[in-house]
Amino acid sequence: MALPKKLTDEFDELVKNYPERRAALIVALHRCQEELGGWISPQTMEDLGAYFGLEPVEIFGVASFYPMFNLRPVGKHVVSVCHNISCDLRGAQDIIAKACEVTGAPLGGTSKDGRWTVRHVECQGACANAPMIDLDGVYHEDLTPEKVAKILGAVR
Amino acid sequence: MKAYETYLLDRAKVEGNHQLATYRKLGGYKGLEKVLKGGLTPAQVVDEMKKSGLRGRGGAGFSTGMKWSFMPDIAKDPRTRYLAINADESEPGTCKDRVLMEKDPHGLVEGSLIAAYAIRASAVYIYVRGEYRLPHDRVLAAVQEARAANLVGKNILGSDFSCEVYLHKGAGAYICGEETGLMESLEGKRGHPRQKPPFPAQSGLWNSPTTVNNVETVFNAPFIIERGSAWHAAIGTQNSKGNFLVGISGHVNRPGVYELPFGVTAQEILEEKAGGVWKGRKLKAWFPVGSSCSLLKGSDIDVVLDHDSLRARGSSLGTAAMVMMDDHTSMARVMEVIARFYEHESCGQCSQCREGTQWLSQIFHRIAHGHGQEDDVATLEALAKGMAPGKTICALSDAAAIPTLSAVKLFKDELIECIRQKRDPLAQPAPKYATVGAH
Ligand SMILES: Cc1cc2nc3c(=O)[nH]c(=O)nc-3n(C[C@H](O)[C@H](O)[C@H](O)COP(=O)(O)O)c2cc1C
Ligand code: SF4
Ligand code: FES
Repeated sequence: MALPKKLTDEFDELVKNYPERRAALIVALHRCQEELGGWISPQTMEDLGAYFGLEPVEIFGVASFYPMFNLRPVGKHVVSVCHNISCDLRGAQDIIAKACEVTGAPLGGTSKDGRWTVRHVECQGACANAPMIDLDGVYHEDLTPEKVAKILGAVR
Repeated sequence: MKAYETYLLDRAKVEGNHQLATYRKLGGYKGLEKVLKGGLTPAQVVDEMKKSGLRGRGGAGFSTGMKWSFMPDIAKDPRTRYLAINADESEPGTCKDRVLMEKDPHGLVEGSLIAAYAIRASAVYIYVRGEYRLPHDRVLAAVQEARAANLVGKNILGSDFSCEVYLHKGAGAYICGEETGLMESLEGKRGHPRQKPPFPAQSGLWNSPTTVNNVETVFNAPFIIERGSAWHAAIGTQNSKGNFLVGISGHVNRPGVYELPFGVTAQEILEEKAGGVWKGRKLKAWFPVGSSCSLLKGSDIDVVLDHDSLRARGSSLGTAAMVMMDDHTSMARVMEVIARFYEHESCGQCSQCREGTQWLSQIFHRIAHGHGQEDDVATLEALAKGMAPGKTICALSDAAAIPTLSAVKLFKDELIECIRQKRDPLAQPAPKYATVGAH
């Protein structure tokens, strides 16, 4: 398989931003994850390796360094709860518990129906509006367990 | 607190300021115009920055003008040069650059262009942490608007200065905020910090001269150019000039990001901006400036927030992120969270840091959960001393050791009490949830 043309067209433009092609790799990994099922599969690593002229293992080496890249499949919706200090001081543990309860996913895992992944993350730069979650890439701040239940309950 | 003039967040309060038309109406791009149309030379811009007394807002507090002057003489060294803007903002407690990027993205673009002109860079890379989707998109849109208006690209405003501005995304690694880790990441690699020397000004991105600056740092440049270095140098204290952004979070009534002149006390910020400690409680402890610094006791809240005063109390200005803890807070818990963070973020190149952060994390964890061992406090201290100062490739190891040493010094009795009682008397009831080996 190869990367979809839509992505390679994008990457052909992207590499022009840098004096060396490989510099576009991290941004390309983001786009692959967004477009190709929410994770970086072994196939995607091979395809990216072919595109950038790198060994797939080298793509793995980079992707595995960065917490935002999923190396295993995740649920349809991903809830990331900050558990760093400002959020912890204002009840992040209760937010995690509520998110797990509402979704049926264990912390760090995916619900049986495959709809939800819940995980904890380090400081997200929302400390003055703690506690917070990132739901599918969008921040929700100044939370209480009740608000979390409402936000997650409204997701289809 | 005395009345003071604001400027950093004024535009951010205006609806629609993220768009060029409004930004210009509010006086935007006048600083860049003054540089390019007023015929200021790069050396003159550097000199203005030096005289202004501006110091970097990314943590180390280095003179910005000095840093720019370290770039090699273009007559002798014609290599392409780069400016990298550090928008990785991941220091626990820190959330100020995000406000600027979301609400005043053109201010960042304008500041970046002035900095690029001063160091003769032909390209700027703005490295935005991957989670900052809205800030990223706002800055990207601002760059596109600016390019269409001849403010970015070839022959900016008809001058012979040409400069491109690109955005780059991180992917969740704190270590990519360290300037050489950032450069590795920008080159498409793992964010492993580099040995110094060579310093970025000699050999940075793609082996070319590079300057790395924080978002808030360059955001100051247009104000200084427009209003003059003397105006800026007149604000603040002896070695800390101008206004700066303070993030205040944790156990306060009104957490937020506030603009203040250097010279106010932390107490004034806590009381007058943040509305005091929540629930009518007392302040037990606080991180004055992010988690990579020494904790202070509540009684130290009278300290003036500037570089010299914090140093005198054994801390530093860092990213000016105050994290406040009330008198119900368990310090074992706080340090468990902090140590876990550094363990997670260590890149693993240096054994002191890789092993040290794991040990600190395990020991604070067991103290907080009632399994502490008699000599744990002494072990923490010995470990932290083996990790810092300056023993590793980058300062993350120090950043883990410093709060540890302060906790051991200031809250030794409390930690020993947890060990002796085989439980943490201040622990909050922990909610239950299932967990799998978390990442
Ligand atoms: C572990 C570590 C993390 C850092 N993270 C950031 C960051 O997120 N943002 C930032 O501007 N500086 C960060 N720094 C500081 C940078 O290395 C660098 O000093 C700064 O970007 C320089 O900009 P300035 O001179 O404008 O302050 C970090 C440093 C270390 C050691
Ligand atoms: S000090 Fe830690 S984070 Fe820094 S280079 Fe060494 S191992 Fe990596
Ligand atoms: S500590 Fe949670 S966003 Fe900063």
